[in-house]
Amino acid sequence: MSPRPGFMLEVDRSTPPTLFWHGEGFHLERLPEGSRVLYGPEPLEALADPVSAIRRALFEPLGDSAPLPELLRPGMRLTIAFDDVSLPLPPMRRPDVRQLVIEQVLDVAAEAGVDDVVLIAALALHRRMTDAELRHALGDRIYEAFAPHGLLRQHDAEEPAALVLLGETDQGETVEISRRAAESDLLVYVNINLVPMDGGHKSVATGLASYRSLRHHHNARTMQHSRSFMDQEHSELHSSNWRMGRFIAASGVKVFQIETTLNTDTFPEQFRFLQRREWEWTARDRAAFVASSSALARTPPRVARTIFHAIRSPHRMTSVQAGEVEAVHARTTANVYAQQLVEVDGQTDVLTMGLPYICPYNVNSIMNPILVACLGLGYFFNMYRGRPLVRQGGVVIMSHPTPWAFSPVHHPSYIDFFEQVLSETTDPLEVGKFEESFATDPWYVHLYRTGHAYHGVHPFYMWYWCAHALEHLGGVIVVGGDRAAVRRLGFTPASTMADALEMATDVVGPGPSITHLHAPPLVMADVR
Amino acid sequence: MKNGSPLGKLRAPLQRARFPWAAPTWPTGMERPAPDRGVGVDYDTQWARRYPARLARAVVLDNLTRPLAHAVAAPAVIGEEMLKLAEQPVILAANHASHLDTPLLLSVLPLPMRHRTVVAAAADHFFDRRWKAHLWAGALNAIPIERHRVNRRSADMAADLLEEGWNLVIFPEGGRSPDGWLQPFRGGAAYLAVRSGRPVVPVHLSGTWRLLPKEARRLHRGRTAVRFGAPLHPDPGEDARRFGTRIAAAITTMADEADSDWWTARRRAAAGVTPPGTGPVAAPWRRAWALGPDPASTEDEDPGRWAVRVGSR
Repeated sequence: MSPRPGFMLEVDRSTPPTLFWHGEGFHLERLPEGSRVLYGPEPLEALADPVSAIRRALFEPLGDSAPLPELLRPGMRLTIAFDDVSLPLPPMRRPDVRQLVIEQVLDVAAEAGVDDVVLIAALALHRRMTDAELRHALGDRIYEAFAPHGLLRQHDAEEPAALVLLGETDQGETVEISRRAAESDLLVYVNINLVPMDGGHKSVATGLASYRSLRHHHNARTMQHSRSFMDQEHSELHSSNWRMGRFIAASGVKVFQIETTLNTDTFPEQFRFLQRREWEWTARDRAAFVASSSALARTPPRVARTIFHAIRSPHRMTSVQAGEVEAVHARTTANVYAQQLVEVDGQTDVLTMGLPYICPYNVNSIMNPILVACLGLGYFFNMYRGRPLVRQGGVVIMSHPTPWAFSPVHHPSYIDFFEQVLSETTDPLEVGKFEESFATDPWYVHLYRTGHAYHGVHPFYMWYWCAHALEHLGGVIVVGGDRAAVRRLGFTPASTMADALEMATDVVGPGPSITHLHAPPLVMADVR
Repeated sequence: MKNGSPLGKLRAPLQRARFPWAAPTWPTGMERPAPDRGVGVDYDTQWARRYPARLARAVVLDNLTRPLAHAVAAPAVIGEEMLKLAEQPVILAANHASHLDTPLLLSVLPLPMRHRTVVAAAADHFFDRRWKAHLWAGALNAIPIERHRVNRRSADMAADLLEEGWNLVIFPEGGRSPDGWLQPFRGGAAYLAVRSGRPVVPVHLSGTWRLLPKEARRLHRGRTAVRFGAPLHPDPGEDARRFGTRIAAAITTMADEADSDWWTARRRAAAGVTPPGTGPVAAPWRRAWALGPDPASTEDEDPGRWAVRVGSR
């Protein structure tokens, strides 16, 4: 049976309560009659033979690119860059898509007699991956072949010797990327497109760039003009990356782009109910929900976090395409939309969302309050095309425990940002005045380069990610969150969803229309 | 069962259970997937009519269901002799107000008819799960009938069973009365009678709604009456619609008889002034009011342990 498309459910008396994620847990909420719930399409069929599909993509590239074997020759410098630990979410079961693709690329390179091959994790300003994470993403065979010889590297945006300044775009944007990538005869980028924002020119122009380069599009003004940044046609973030990407190509960097899409089969069998429609829950689903939610309610947060971060998603590949960046990305985006896009009639006064335990920046880590804001107002709010799901001046209600807790290993600069910057202002345009000091702080730079810390400027980017939503919304309410942390974010805490809905009427008026974004699994609204 | 009893204490939370402790309800307008093959109208009840199942059911019906039905419902059986006026198999068309109706009707049928009767039951309610289908097919010799639309498979099965000599109990209203009054009759019984040429015995059950109404969670003791009417044969050339009207009229007349007496009901029927039995068109409370007080609450007389029979055996 082919997967059913997504749809908007109108809640009535017969509708069972709706599942809301709440960090490392979940609960059921009975939404008022007349509310709408946006359900995503069911997971698309996976490729029956992904290895053959990958080889076909390499040998039959899109756009004006030659087949990969024709681009390879003995004595050349080949660099293979790949997306970092922020994709996919949750981390997928082995074999990871990156392993499948890179193994095929390396097979072709071996057949062509290419000796000089380096693999680079395209971190941008993200934290360095651990050895275990690299091994998981690439598989044992690749890891053992490259890591011991120093040929498996992680992009370092703060190592001057490892960067090269290519110049400026016609808009004055500095383009500085990895020297190894820029000076290779061929750069193969292996991408995972989990959301429409990923991929395209953004892969190289962001993933392998320096802070000097990134700041041109990772700022509040750009994000306010990205409506949304999940819709490339209307995203200033993408416009800037596309200018840079074309500039990189014009500078002589030859990029062979490989993009993959995954289905939304997000949770393993024991958590199957998390991606099923509530009225279709079987007795087993209900038993699993009751058992897991009851157990999690009694589990210390640290243990619950460990349990959840051990989840390996059964995501499977639905498409793979390779060749020239823009031709590849056009098809990739269409495939992502096929999996996630749902047509929606009209906006809503109040948008509710249950936020899960994970976002791209806390894999194997703590979801601190800044990341909560980023996931809700950055990612989920922007999962739209056309118009935002919630109207101008509307209210977003997020359900998440929002603990006042940070990982000092992964997010050291977040702690200071939360304490020093957000205590002074929550305006994304104003926080920018603190950016330089965080970005150039030697201690943060040291931790980024030698430890597993996000770059000092990263919390600013998270806050910029919220800029469009903060400008658009009349209020943000967090249900069940740490009240002090929520207030520090500039949001309003509420104890229950009923309280939050009541409080929202102060902003949007009585009898508001309510829409719930039933995610994850990921769903994107095409708002008419 | 008092809620204070140990069993009552155990049962109360189960009755109050809501999703996720109980199965979810289905949002209005959401199309249900096609039921699994093997349930609903596709459920094969053949096994329930084989000898071992019939023997087991006869033992249960005669030694458990029947005494219990008599103890709880104290049925007065009126017009049982009418069953002898028609050659079996027959179609027993009865009004439907309670889940008690089927066991009560089966328990007052004379032998051997009692053990040679199948019951048409709603496929979407009694056969939607495999365990329920097994239970009702085994315990009541139920067969699945599609009640919301014409289903060829259901109709063929019922006609084949009549052909094989099985009597058929059918509730032409298509479901239990929500408030104790009669509901409009559908054409299923008449259609089967016309198709198979078998007679229809109209049956009226009174009092069961007060003992176990729809949505009730507790069973009350009380008195009931089962009235059998004269068998109706479809006239040559009579279509199912016309025949259905006659069946409905016969049951409505018996409902009038239950509220008055046989002679009064017959005279009203002859004059065409039989009350429709569907109750006043008014607010729910007025319809409830018009049903009158529960006879059990106004009579001190002990209804007795066993059946009160009226008429010849």
